[in-house]
Amino acid sequence: MAERSEEVKLLGMWASPFSRRVEIALTLKGVPYEFSEQDIANKSPLLLQSNPVHKKIPVLLHSGKPISESLVILEYIDDTWQNNPILPQDPYDRATARFWGRFVDEQIYVTAMKVVGKVGEEKDAAVEATRDLLKLLEKELVGKKFLGGERLGFVDIVATLVAFWLMRTEEVVGVKVVPVEMFPEIHRWVKNLLDVDVIKKCIPPEDEHLNYIRARMDRLKLKSV
Amino acid sequence: MANEVILLDFWPSMYGMRTRIALREKGVEFEYRDENLREKSPLLLQMNPVHKKIPVLIHNGKPVCESAIQVQYIDEVWSHKNPILPSDPYQRAQARFWVDFIDKKMYEAQRKVYASKGEEQEAGKKEFIEILKTLESELGDKPYFGGDDFGYVDIGLIGFYSWFPGYEKFGNLNFEAECPKLIAWAKRCMQRESVAKSLPDFEKVTEFMGMLRKKFGVE
Repeated sequence: MAERSEEVKLLGMWASPFSRRVEIALTLKGVPYEFSEQDIANKSPLLLQSNPVHKKIPVLLHSGKPISESLVILEYIDDTWQNNPILPQDPYDRATARFWGRFVDEQIYVTAMKVVGKVGEEKDAAVEATRDLLKLLEKELVGKKFLGGERLGFVDIVATLVAFWLMRTEEVVGVKVVPVEMFPEIHRWVKNLLDVDVIKKCIPPEDEHLNYIRARMDRLKLKSV
Repeated sequence: MANEVILLDFWPSMYGMRTRIALREKGVEFEYRDENLREKSPLLLQMNPVHKKIPVLIHNGKPVCESAIQVQYIDEVWSHKNPILPSDPYQRAQARFWVDFIDKKMYEAQRKVYASKGEEQEAGKKEFIEILKTLESELGDKPYFGGDDFGYVDIGLIGFYSWFPGYEKFGNLNFEAECPKLIAWAKRCMQRESVAKSLPDFEKVTEFMGMLRKKFGVE
């Protein structure tokens, strides 16, 4: 199929978990792509034209045709390039993977943002709420190397948001949201992820990432450590 | 093992309607169970412990949660007739994008239309009309969102149509004037047996919305 090997371009942002997860998927499948770093504060005409509805990154352009929303992009990548499948084959397992993917983005992410954005009692409540949600992920990991089982899959890729954003933010926010005593499985899973070449290659470099988070919090006038 | 399908649902839920339609499109026999949301059944709490919400699709004892996920599941399991998602990956991605759009945008805006008042309601009405116009623009002159065939996005949106008379009544809106193509699309969908059987009586929904307004203290 000539179309498959045609130009793949990703409009993304180096520090965004949503952008990085698309890079992980493309890299896992060995799909060559051009990365175009976007300035979120000053959105390019290409971005606005490619995602007029949400005006957000990431946007995948395949032969010039845009696909937006990271979970939609991940499924598109899996549908188009069938090697190293990201989603399971069985419909029930697929439904389960999709469920957890949405859970990470709609529940964990939304609640975890409040840890960064709030202070005092509201912050404590956000920490508690985030931990309650993470306990469900913790349970899912018992007896498994990855959330996807033996090999990393869709939910792992989506949940890198937890491993390399939420957990890195702890350093900057000064709150141990995910202590190892409470979440031994999650910590074990993060180590397993870091053993995977594709992950190592595709996550933002730690120091730069932490500096970025600190700078962003300062700009938003939030207390950072 | 016989195919046992149970749907835990709540009759006015526009999300439950999606799953009902999908099952009927595929000709799947299912047991419909209406839940009392103020007193959720032990089965519901057991099958959806994470969100404790309807709809829950139980297939041979195993639960599938989230309506959009259920519709995709149904399409994948009963793949022999009436495909719901397109076969082309790019078209599939577009269909998923638009159902995601509906999921992200519709609920809050429509709630403000009928269950709030004053400035909040006006803001909600404006937002809701904008959302419908965006969808109408995506529909264009096609008979259905996916083109010639009824599919995923149509299923994702049509349930809200049963709430339209209520939005018009309590929000003082006229959808025929604001988005005529979308109304024509909705009427076209209602011709389909799976849709007609799966949407509740519109007057009952409006009555239900009136009751909710009292509950929220806007009536």
